[in-house]
Amino acid sequence: MRKVFGDKVAVRDLTLTVRRGEIFGFLGPNGAGKSTSIKMLLGLAKPTSGEAFVLGVPSGDVEVRRRIGFLPENFRFYEWLTPAELLHLHGRLCGVSEGKLSQRVPALIDLVGLTPHIDKRLQNFSKGMLQRIGLAQALVHEPEIIFLDEPTSGLDPLGRRMVRDIIRAQRERGATVFLNSHLLSEIEITCDQVVFIREGEVVTSRDMRTQQEEAVRVDVRARKLSVECVEGLARWTDSVHLDGERLSLTTPSRSRLPEILRFLVVSGAEVYQFTPQRLSLEELFISVMGEDRGF
Amino acid sequence: MGIWIMAGITFREAARKKILWTALLAGAAFLLVFGIGLRFQVGDFRNSAVPPFLRYQVISAMLMIGLYTVDLLAVVMTTLTSVDTISGEITSGTIHAIATKPLARWQILIGKWLGFVAMAGVYVALMFWGTIAEGYWIGGVMAQHPVRGSLLVFLECIVALSVTFMFGTWFSTLTSGVITLGLLGVAFLGGWLEQMSGFTEGSRLAMVGIVSSLVMPSEAIWRRAAFEMESPLAGSLQFSPFADVSIPSGAMIAYATVYLIVALAIAVFHFGERDL
Repeated sequence: MRKVFGDKVAVRDLTLTVRRGEIFGFLGPNGAGKSTSIKMLLGLAKPTSGEAFVLGVPSGDVEVRRRIGFLPENFRFYEWLTPAELLHLHGRLCGVSEGKLSQRVPALIDLVGLTPHIDKRLQNFSKGMLQRIGLAQALVHEPEIIFLDEPTSGLDPLGRRMVRDIIRAQRERGATVFLNSHLLSEIEITCDQVVFIREGEVVTSRDMRTQQEEAVRVDVRARKLSVECVEGLARWTDSVHLDGERLSLTTPSRSRLPEILRFLVVSGAEVYQFTPQRLSLEELFISVMGEDRGF
Repeated sequence: MGIWIMAGITFREAARKKILWTALLAGAAFLLVFGIGLRFQVGDFRNSAVPPFLRYQVISAMLMIGLYTVDLLAVVMTTLTSVDTISGEITSGTIHAIATKPLARWQILIGKWLGFVAMAGVYVALMFWGTIAEGYWIGGVMAQHPVRGSLLVFLECIVALSVTFMFGTWFSTLTSGVITLGLLGVAFLGGWLEQMSGFTEGSRLAMVGIVSSLVMPSEAIWRRAAFEMESPLAGSLQFSPFADVSIPSGAMIAYATVYLIVALAIAVFHFGERDL
């Protein structure tokens, strides 16, 4: 998909596939085109060119929305409603019968931890409470795919854990979860697959069940590290940092390690330590995205 | 089904707006003042030598002025309560949770429109028939065709509502409010210029009024409503400001109906096409 606003390209060329039943992480810096991409997938915005299919149906199809749940970032709704009224309304809009709603609504309110606030109106809700009830409205019709846009941005650690548990429970139910979040630690322990986008293009994707085998950071202690040697490492690495005898580098694939070590030795370095370490998602994010460019 | 859910929630949302309650309070204050004024005038007539014929015409003119006030209040209230329902919910993001439900965009917009139509209907019914009742019980006068008059005032509100919706799909709340109120102002001025042209027989002035009514037919609808409600004698004697000197034809009412349908159709089309 491609999306252009005037002369600004919001999404340059987004191509991605999400497998059914997985928790899919959608990552990128501010201004990368994440929200616009989600809007196009949900039919809120039309692509300038290209197309998307959600659950096998062109995005924006009205009927397929019965099978889609969506929690917008900064969820807001009519503030005079109570949580139960809000869920009944959204359930009815999705075609859920009153009989099912009368069972499902109290259970969902309990699931998101709002039972003590069941009689309050939304105008008295904090941002975190709105996120919770927003998550409940995304689940009220038991959708097959759930789009969550920054679902934990207003939540405390307990709330984040609750969301994580709910997301996992949805996967257990067989639902697909499309998760956009800035909290990389949350993504890291929740997602099955992660895609990094920048300027509306997929930069790279990682299968989280195998990524730690792929991307590594290496801490090296060595003497006689020449400038040419350090510069020569750029062939295999994304970033190199030299501090005296300590060299730190990241490489997208563990399979490159023998070549890097061989290069160091051949270049005349005396290597005392060569320690590969698993790369956290945050380190991977920084290595893929580069330095903060002030988006 | 989705349309009626949207209409219901919109009606409830509109009913909670301060502007509606302000308009209702203003309406109640108006009814109070109007009733007191009528009572005083009727009392003054009892002690005067003014002939009954003239008394009736004065009280009838007061009733028409009262109904004109109701007309203005209803149109402004309809515009102000509905002005942010599309643009405001797009800006705040509230619309995202609705537009991702299994509802076509046109169903969302028409549902909202129906909610405001119902609210305008309730407001017009309360205010218009309250004024008519006061005119009858206190002043002893009755409008000629009050049902036609109330339906025309209601039509005027729906025209203003549809125009507000149309601009709301394009512009911010403030901009669409300013444009709609500006158009109502043009129609107001044009209507009175056309009325003046009837007294002065100025054809160029009449043309300005006609063009204004074509741009925004709200005031023309009121003048037709006034013609329907005013007694034939008062109208023909040119006793009141709403005298039958320049009566919008049935064709103008048909034009206003087509106008609101086109405005609503443009709103539906643009809301369906735009990014949210």
